Amino acid sequence: MLLQLEGSRAMAQAISLCRPEVICAYPITPQTHIVEALGEMVKSGELGHCEYINVESEFAALSVAIGASAAGARSYTATASQGLLYMAEAVYNAAGLGLPIVMTIGNRAIGAPINIWNDHSDSMSMRDAGWIQLYAETNQEALDLHIQAFRLGEALSCPVMVCVDGFILTHAYERVEMPQQGDVDAFLPPFEPVQALDCDDPVSIGAMVGPEAFMEVRYLQHHKQSRALDLIPEIAQEFAERFGRNSGGLVKPYRIEHAETIIVALGSVNGTIKDVVDDMREEGHAIGSLSITSFRPFPLKAVRSALENARRVVVLEKSLSVGLGGPLSDGVRKSLSGIALKGHTVIAGLGGRAITKKSLRDLFLRAERDELELLNFLDLDMELIDRQIEREKEIRRSGPIAENLLKSIGTVCSKIA
Amino acid sequence: MTLQSVKFYQTGTFTVGNRLLDESMRTVQSNRQRTNSLNSGHRACQGCGEALGARYAIDAAMRATQNRVIAANATGCLEVFSTPYPETSWQIPWMHSLFANAASVATGIAAAMRVKGKNDVRVIAQGGDGGTMDIGFACLSGMFERNDDVLYICYDNEAYMNTGVQRSSATPPAARTATTPALGMHPGNDFGKGKNLPLIAMAHHIPYVATASVANLHDLEAKVTKAMGIRGARYIHIHVPCPLGWGSRPSDTVRVARLAVESGLFPLFEAEHGEITASLPLRKKIPVDEYLKLQKRFSHLFGSAPDTIAMIQEIADRNIAKFGLAEGE
Repeated sequence: MLLQLEGSRAMAQAISLCRPEVICAYPITPQTHIVEALGEMVKSGELGHCEYINVESEFAALSVAIGASAAGARSYTATASQGLLYMAEAVYNAAGLGLPIVMTIGNRAIGAPINIWNDHSDSMSMRDAGWIQLYAETNQEALDLHIQAFRLGEALSCPVMVCVDGFILTHAYERVEMPQQGDVDAFLPPFEPVQALDCDDPVSIGAMVGPEAFMEVRYLQHHKQSRALDLIPEIAQEFAERFGRNSGGLVKPYRIEHAETIIVALGSVNGTIKDVVDDMREEGHAIGSLSITSFRPFPLKAVRSALENARRVVVLEKSLSVGLGGPLSDGVRKSLSGIALKGHTVIAGLGGRAITKKSLRDLFLRAERDELELLNFLDLDMELIDRQIEREKEIRRSGPIAENLLKSIGTVCSKIA
Repeated sequence: MTLQSVKFYQTGTFTVGNRLLDESMRTVQSNRQRTNSLNSGHRACQGCGEALGARYAIDAAMRATQNRVIAANATGCLEVFSTPYPETSWQIPWMHSLFANAASVATGIAAAMRVKGKNDVRVIAQGGDGGTMDIGFACLSGMFERNDDVLYICYDNEAYMNTGVQRSSATPPAARTATTPALGMHPGNDFGKGKNLPLIAMAHHIPYVATASVANLHDLEAKVTKAMGIRGARYIHIHVPCPLGWGSRPSDTVRVARLAVESGLFPLFEAEHGEITASLPLRKKIPVDEYLKLQKRFSHLFGSAPDTIAMIQEIADRNIAKFGLAEGE
């Protein structure tokens, strides 16, 4: 069924089609609309056979999901930004216990300074927690990935984060194709847990493990993710056959045939990148792009085979690994081990900074002219930065950085010509 | 709490003699058919009050629910000594997730049972005083205010024993811990700090709150049984001496627990929907120093700090007045 829906609402409907049994809700922008919509569905009876629990924190949200999942219920929650950090301990715990919880991340920056807009710092902070991380490019893919996420997570007994760009996808109204309940039921069988708290078959879950077996437990987590490298394309293929469209998978190459320059990115910015690639291809530039859907597990082979014939790779990242560069670049570089091609990291779009076609085009042209550094920052206001650095040199008590910068910029209305 | 009209007490201990009671009135623990939910072979210290309290409470809950109990456990002594991989002492479905989230995990388990229509299965969350009153307090309060169908049991040994006896918000004034050493002008834990979690639980107006002691098995089992007969959020706070942390003899655990009750320092009471409904009067009030002197954590008070002991006595006297504990005298 074709619908014109807000991204959050589209995802909520898709999640509802997956028949979740326990949903934990705690508000944090920009994921809130998803759990609000699910709350409506449960309250109205549209989504039956489901417990909807308003908890007191994100830490509790995931903890309730952990208990519910361990007791054999299909469990879901959503969060973003500070909320993901607040539940960090439970994020690792859910993965360590092998509980196939599905959690939406409405990707948002992390403070300080507090900022509600989109980048990938939040989910990147949990990249090593043992969750599968899938990044959606469009609203259609966001809703499709949730259906695949339950299937994938339950097949592996591994939790899955579906990472969706805050506002850009969560709050954007787009046309989406909503699957039918019968098709989703056929695609996603009821949750059959590998372990469950059951009075008729008591087990202890969450024992202390010392050096004699801890590494093996961790290795098995890694092994699950290695299996996911096979399972993700298989599930995407089966999804395509049943629902008639390609969604998910490990990576999505775009016009990479004979491309000398390939742009690599996660999530919705791939839409803008593809537009620029189209424009530049029309002008005769040998350029293409690679959207990475599965960041964990990181598809080293698929990335390598997409990039190995290029001359240069530009990794565009909405997350800064402060003091080093970008976490996506690390994976891309590893995938290219032994191949001598130029690699550049570009940090862009932090805290909701718009990534425009113009900026991208300029960037890609500079890349083609080999003018990029190893690490670059897109559309940085260097004048503003220099002023602050000067200020700090001049006065010991220079004051709070964020406030200084905002003062330097002046009010928004002062810039209206 | 009155279970029988005629009371039989063993000389000197005030412990009721099971053999003198009608079989139906004997404790769950005295029954050979008890479930031994926390089985022998675990690695608790000698004389561990928490191991005792947990077995008493969970066995009573099992009896009350026809063995349909699932437990969520906070990180802490109880978790560590009962489940060193790959062994477990638990004969019930049991789960440990984190230090701070036992109440939330239990909420999740209860939700799963409800959605699956397993209404006969009852859920217990349990932890020590640190996991309950300090780090787990937010999750606990959330579980309370939602009135989730969970019995939370706090085994209160008045400090972080698993990490080596550090102060918690349950540590009593003047007590020596690793982070409140018996040094300086005001040795031990400060007066005027700490909180009373049973009273805070009551402020949530949950259906049932009770305090209990490992020294009073009949009372403890009766309270757990009563709690399991109620739906919604319930809280039982059990006083469990820790020989290691308190510096008491392992063989004195029940004695120390009893003196805490009989001195008035640990009042036994019940509350329903925010109102105190019953308290257990002291049979024979004893001065606090009889309780304190059995414990090395208070040894710095003897000889040099009679004023401090008097201040602790004041706390006991206030409890006796507040909770109506003197009525039995």
